[in-house]
Amino acid sequence: MAILVVAEHDNSSLKPGTLNAVSAAQQIGGDVNVLVAGSDSRAVVEAAAQLTGVVKVIHADNACYEHQLAESVAPLIAEFGKNHTHVLAAATTTGKNLLPRVAALLDVAQISDIVEIRSEDTFVRPIYAGNALATVQSSDSIKVLTVRTTAFADAVIGGEAIIEDTDFGVEQGSTEFLGETLSVSARPELTSASIIISGGRGMQDGENFVLLEKVADKLGAAIGASRAAVDAGFVPNDYQVGQTGKIVAPDLYVAVGISGAIQHLAGMKDSKVIAAINKDEEAPIFQVADYGLVADLFKALPELEELLTD
Amino acid sequence: MKILVGVKRVVDANVKVRVKSDGTGMDLANAKMAINPFCEIAVEEAIRMKEAGVADEIIAVSVGPQVCQEQIRTALALGSDRGILVETEGQTDPLAVAKIFKAIIEKEEIDLVILGKLSIDTDNNQVGQMLAALCNYPQGTFACSTEIKEGKIEVSREIDGGEQTVLLDLPAIVTTDLRLNEPRYASLPNIMKAKKKPIDIIQPSDLGVDISSNLKTLGIEAPAERSAGVKVESVAELVDKLRNEAKVI
Ligand SMILES: Cc1cc2nc3c(=O)[nH]c(=O)nc-3n(C[C@H](O)[C@H](O)[C@H](O)COP(=O)(O)OP(=O)(O)OC[C@H]3O[C@@H](n4cnc5c(N)ncnc54)[C@H](O)[C@@H]3O)c2cc1C
Ligand SMILES: Nc1ncnc2c1ncn2[C@@H]1O[C@H](COP(=O)(O)O)[C@@H](O)[C@H]1O
Repeated sequence: MAILVVAEHDNSSLKPGTLNAVSAAQQIGGDVNVLVAGSDSRAVVEAAAQLTGVVKVIHADNACYEHQLAESVAPLIAEFGKNHTHVLAAATTTGKNLLPRVAALLDVAQISDIVEIRSEDTFVRPIYAGNALATVQSSDSIKVLTVRTTAFADAVIGGEAIIEDTDFGVEQGSTEFLGETLSVSARPELTSASIIISGGRGMQDGENFVLLEKVADKLGAAIGASRAAVDAGFVPNDYQVGQTGKIVAPDLYVAVGISGAIQHLAGMKDSKVIAAINKDEEAPIFQVADYGLVADLFKALPELEELLTD
Repeated sequence: MKILVGVKRVVDANVKVRVKSDGTGMDLANAKMAINPFCEIAVEEAIRMKEAGVADEIIAVSVGPQVCQEQIRTALALGSDRGILVETEGQTDPLAVAKIFKAIIEKEEIDLVILGKLSIDTDNNQVGQMLAALCNYPQGTFACSTEIKEGKIEVSREIDGGEQTVLLDLPAIVTTDLRLNEPRYASLPNIMKAKKKPIDIIQPSDLGVDISSNLKTLGIEAPAERSAGVKVESVAELVDKLRNEAKVI
């Protein structure tokens, strides 16, 4: 039995979600192979080959894989997936874009966002924005799965996998990559940060996020937001936490001026400790918060910054 | 240009749903049902293309039981031209839905398919990508803007790190993200007019599609409830608790 994990990367470094997908694969059991499709992506292959439990890294280096376009990468994954019992990727926007396309090429189902492995064919996944957990059994010959990264530990370094090159390449002319705008930030990434402080509509405008940034600086925290804050243009879309944004589970999540709608909770309620600052004592966020402070955020945030100084 | 939009019937996003006590499913008795919010955005995007003169016809398709006609009617009232209900019982797997859409695309000669990125009940996020694979079409998933350009469509996509823009040959599959547009409400005259618009009701077998599933749901449970913690009186107390009790800062 061999399991294929699709590496997520930017051609120079391996994205953290891959580590979670590898450890999910190890839990299923059997040999774990990692597929790196990229362009000039040798550094990624070397990083993947060092992960404990990885037996083989398959490297497809071809200009057509530079931007991870599903039209090119999915046929490659499907081709190598055929010799595996399971195909896994992190449930990030990249994994979600690719794996259903792979599953359809293999004529099998895809199981999204698994949070638990019961056996090699039975998996648990959240549905209804996390209001329920479904246990699903698949009788397909190949199980194609996306993995909720917060539910699995990071694979550790300590292995020495063999590397196999392939020149399999799918040139396709139907999709042209025009460009990408990526947020640059000196802060930790939302999905791997150990502390997150998020702002909602209560922040009133984008400039007020400075108040959160000052606190985040003190805590070494990442900054997140509710959909309302993103929709109002306070911060870019990649800050959004929730059912349709990022799923996070830091040691500490601080929700500021966020009411706690079910779709927001879906993205953060597995955090270890939740603190909330809201001026409305009835706000639903207090029903999940370990520590709730009923206060005006414009007074509380500067105070918080001050107190964190020592 | 002919556009196909998917409209799935789901429980309204504002309803707080609970698991049935016997673990067989969700308690949806009397729950308000609606068009999946992402499908509403798909319908709106199609209507805007028609209003801009780049699309001629919009076909709204739902896969599910007879009652899904309600959601098709809503899509018609919003501005779709006709509807197709493919009758199935309960939930249909994404792969089967994709196969049904593929068969309709071939029959109707569709140029553009706009679906939601996600059904808010099953949280799958699959049908668009699967359909693109089956048809060997390009895919523009999680779209936050689209523009038709001489036989192609430019799609900006929301990705984890920011935004990506791709140019796709038509026919293509687009799936909507929340910020693509803000759907309109149907006006009363349009709701009346929609009653006269046609809805075809067909079976998967009419399309030659086998909807049998290789997935079995063994059980549905409620997640562990998080209990409310304590209210603190001051910022100082909050910092103290985080530092000395929770030990997270
Ligand atoms: C299909 C779908 C998907 C969705 N996906 C997501 C998602 O992924 N993520 C997400 O977050 N939302 C999502 N939503 C939206 C969600 O339903 C809520 O609308 C949203 O989370 C509300 O954001 P908010 O809490 O910032 O705003 P509001 O609900 O308006 O809450 C603002 C809060 O700020 C407090 N406040 C105001 N002023 C102050 C002050 N001065 N000091 C202290 N507190 C103050 C108020 O008391 C209030 O509780 C989705 C909705 C749908 C329909
Ligand atoms: N039963 C269905 N009927 C109509 N459209 C559907 C159905 N299931 C999925 N879709 C479409 O596919 C999108 C993504 O769904 P899913 O892959 O189930 O999350 C939805 O937003 C719809 O546009």
